[in-house]
Amino acid sequence: MNRLISLISGIIFGIGLVISQMINPEKVLGFLDIFGNWDPSLAFVMIGALIISSPMFHLIKKREKPIFANEFNYSDNKNINKQLIYGSILFGAGWGLAGLCPGPAISSLALLNIYSILFVVSMFVGFYLVKLLNLNSIR
Amino acid sequence: MNIVNFTPYSALTGGIIIGFAVAIFFYFNGRLVGISGIASNALTEERNKLDNILFLIGLIIGPIIYTLFNQEQISISISNSYLLLIFAGLLVGIGTRVSGGCTSGHGISGIGRFSVRSIIATITFMIVGIITVYLKNIL
Repeated sequence: MNRLISLISGIIFGIGLVISQMINPEKVLGFLDIFGNWDPSLAFVMIGALIISSPMFHLIKKREKPIFANEFNYSDNKNINKQLIYGSILFGAGWGLAGLCPGPAISSLALLNIYSILFVVSMFVGFYLVKLLNLNSIR
Repeated sequence: MNIVNFTPYSALTGGIIIGFAVAIFFYFNGRLVGISGIASNALTEERNKLDNILFLIGLIIGPIIYTLFNQEQISISISNSYLLLIFAGLLVGIGTRVSGGCTSGHGISGIGRFSVRSIIATITFMIVGIITVYLKNIL
């Protein structure tokens, strides 16, 4: 059953990305263009997501365990370290260059355009490099 | 600053749908959505591999289901060169894994559980994204 839930959660998330237009890089770049022609829409996407997910998270975690798993399993890493800052800087630069972040990029594969495919392939190369070179544990 | 193309209702609606996807995944499977983590672990880790792959397939199916019920096509525009997209994809892939999250993992799931680490990451990648777009526009 947890397999089905994974698929369904992905589908709902993907539909949310389309309806919110977060799937469109132009919309994302408009949001980041505060000093030019600013499109504040994506702030509302985050607000919408948080007003549901945040109270639900705090309610659900009081339960003994999730429905289809033995325990809740999420990172409770509290380290504010160099990796957090350097990684976020790299991610922010890539996000600002392309207007794509991981979720929308993967969802936009549905549109079968060469740009999304190129971006997603190189993003996965990036994931692999971090694993291969242990970049997330560099001091 | 000019405010343009502002679509608060679709943004809020899409965001709420995304919030429900996060809540469902947490309630049933006990995991918090972070797409860069799900995608990267689908590639490099054996644990929860099938769940992760199914979530990603869901992300791609979501837009397809949306178009089945809507007359309008999803339109996105990407105006970058291939080389720039490949570079941006690498930055996003490496950056999100070094910092341990992206717009969903830090921006929604992390902020939703009031993680200071995620709040700092989100502020950092947003500021760097804004600076990147600004520099791109003046260069």
